[in-house]
Amino acid sequence: MSNHQLIPSAQTPARPWRERLGSAVPLLVLGPSLVASFVYVFVFTGWTLYISLSNSSLLPTYGFVGLDNYASLWANRRWNIAYDNLFLFSGFYIVGSMAVGLLLAILIDQRVRGEAAWRTIFLYPLAVSFIVTGTVWSWLYNPTDGIQAMVRGLGWTSFSFALASDRHYAIYAVIITGVWQASGFAMALFLAGLRSVDQDLVKAAQIDGASTFRIYRKVLLPTIAPIFLAVAVIQIQFAIKTFDLVAALTKGGPGISTTFPAIYVYDLMFQRGQIAEGAAAAIMMLAAVAVVLLPYSFWVVWRRRKEAGHG
Amino acid sequence: MADTALDQSLDHHAAAVAARRHFLTRLVIYGLLVVFAAIYLIPLLVVVLNSFRDQQEIARNGLISLPRSFRLEAWGQAWSSYCIGGTCEGMQRNFYNSLKMTIPATFISTVIGAMNGYILSKWRFRGSEALFTCMLLGVFIPGQISLMPWAFILGNLGLSNSTYGLILIHVIQGISFTTLFCRNYYVSIPDDLIKAARIDGAGFWRIFRKIILPLSSPILIVTVIWQFTGIWNEYLFGVVFTSGQQQPITAALVALTASGTNVRAYDVMSAAVLIGALPPLLIYLFGGKYFVRGLTQGAIK
Repeated sequence: MSNHQLIPSAQTPARPWRERLGSAVPLLVLGPSLVASFVYVFVFTGWTLYISLSNSSLLPTYGFVGLDNYASLWANRRWNIAYDNLFLFSGFYIVGSMAVGLLLAILIDQRVRGEAAWRTIFLYPLAVSFIVTGTVWSWLYNPTDGIQAMVRGLGWTSFSFALASDRHYAIYAVIITGVWQASGFAMALFLAGLRSVDQDLVKAAQIDGASTFRIYRKVLLPTIAPIFLAVAVIQIQFAIKTFDLVAALTKGGPGISTTFPAIYVYDLMFQRGQIAEGAAAAIMMLAAVAVVLLPYSFWVVWRRRKEAGHG
Repeated sequence: MADTALDQSLDHHAAAVAARRHFLTRLVIYGLLVVFAAIYLIPLLVVVLNSFRDQQEIARNGLISLPRSFRLEAWGQAWSSYCIGGTCEGMQRNFYNSLKMTIPATFISTVIGAMNGYILSKWRFRGSEALFTCMLLGVFIPGQISLMPWAFILGNLGLSNSTYGLILIHVIQGISFTTLFCRNYYVSIPDDLIKAARIDGAGFWRIFRKIILPLSSPILIVTVIWQFTGIWNEYLFGVVFTSGQQQPITAALVALTASGTNVRAYDVMSAAVLIGALPPLLIYLFGGKYFVRGLTQGAIK
């Protein structure tokens, strides 16, 4: 075989053949990832979508039942609690972590000593898993061993702090822990934003005699407004996907009071063998992500085009 | 800042007032920073201290109190002898599982991401931007969407309940991120460099080895750190697709803390939590700059 090929390739110049192969190399290298990503994004989503429209129970079966699973999903009290929790959590989580993050960013921006050390302290929760954070905070919330026990031990014996074990307030325990974990992230982005603002703008305002407070309110914060939006969009995504934190912190309890959509999906698919309705819930999560992300990406593209247009 | 500019034009008394105000402002700034730092550090401090305290002492005085005993046994137990769900081998096996999963998955996904990023920035072809956008969608899809398909695929490949199955999942999932990181970094390398090399007869691989790779260390460090911490800390796939001895450390931690019988072994659990948190924490402490860079890049793009 090699002999046969050697002869013609000796006659015709080798370059075109090699060049053609050369130009195919990038595609060949990229190919497997493209296929994998395509399968991951489209086939998997389509598959789950189809299961959500089927009569599967413990195993996938493909009898088509239309939107029945969605109807029973939305009729389920537990799913509705999960959805309400998601809204409540998202709201407080985003506003809370952005407020704390902004405060920390502004404080650090005041030319404080040991800036790197402060930043390291506020950011370390991001390096640690939600499982670790949730586990530790569940201990702190535990009334007999945690914060309540400590304050009572100091002498205030009627002190009560049992957030995580009260079904009406357990969601706030999740919120507080979520804000604790995520504020550093908001801080890092805000700080990067504040540092990237044109210093001439700030100097001009200073010469006009504006106070530091006014400079932040009128110059710096409006300039970094797009970062607020970016942080909010990322946090909403995290909120929609919240699973580990709740699994480690409250396990969805007490009762079903801190159920989240992601917990619901897991329970239906792997604990109760109702994979069709579980798939419907997963599709609703995807829809929630899309509702947030699609308008945002269009806005980002539009803004880039506009900036490019203005040169 | 504004104060110093005005100082010169003010009389002595006003300068003294301004100085006092300045001092008070600094006091408030540092005061607030200290309060927040305490809120952030106390949970960590509590876990560290409790991992060295005696179990009876914790039961008596609560989790949040100054230690009155010091012992190292909890660490040994958490590592090699504590019982989780019937087996008494501590966390060591799960720790190794996590390593066996995280290191290959990080390495493979980073290499693929670097190649993809190189092609999508320097060897563009018609439609490559559209393909890139499609790959990006993978970043946003909730893991719950892929649970059923993965269960089916892992089952058919015979990879259920194995570390290899998790590696496969994390590589495929990670490609979107690593490609995004590398592509956005390589775009800033001037195209003229590549053109000159091509005129000199360098091909696809040679350009990658001689030009791109030597310039890549910052982005490769960012990508490796991002992938390592992300995969190490992942829980959903670990708990769904593995059980018992095959579980990565996150899933084992949940099993451990849930398995408490009558007396909660806070000392051992604290040590176990720290064992699970240590690798990403160390990476964060030593590569903090790159960690933050990954965070902000991953976020804004």
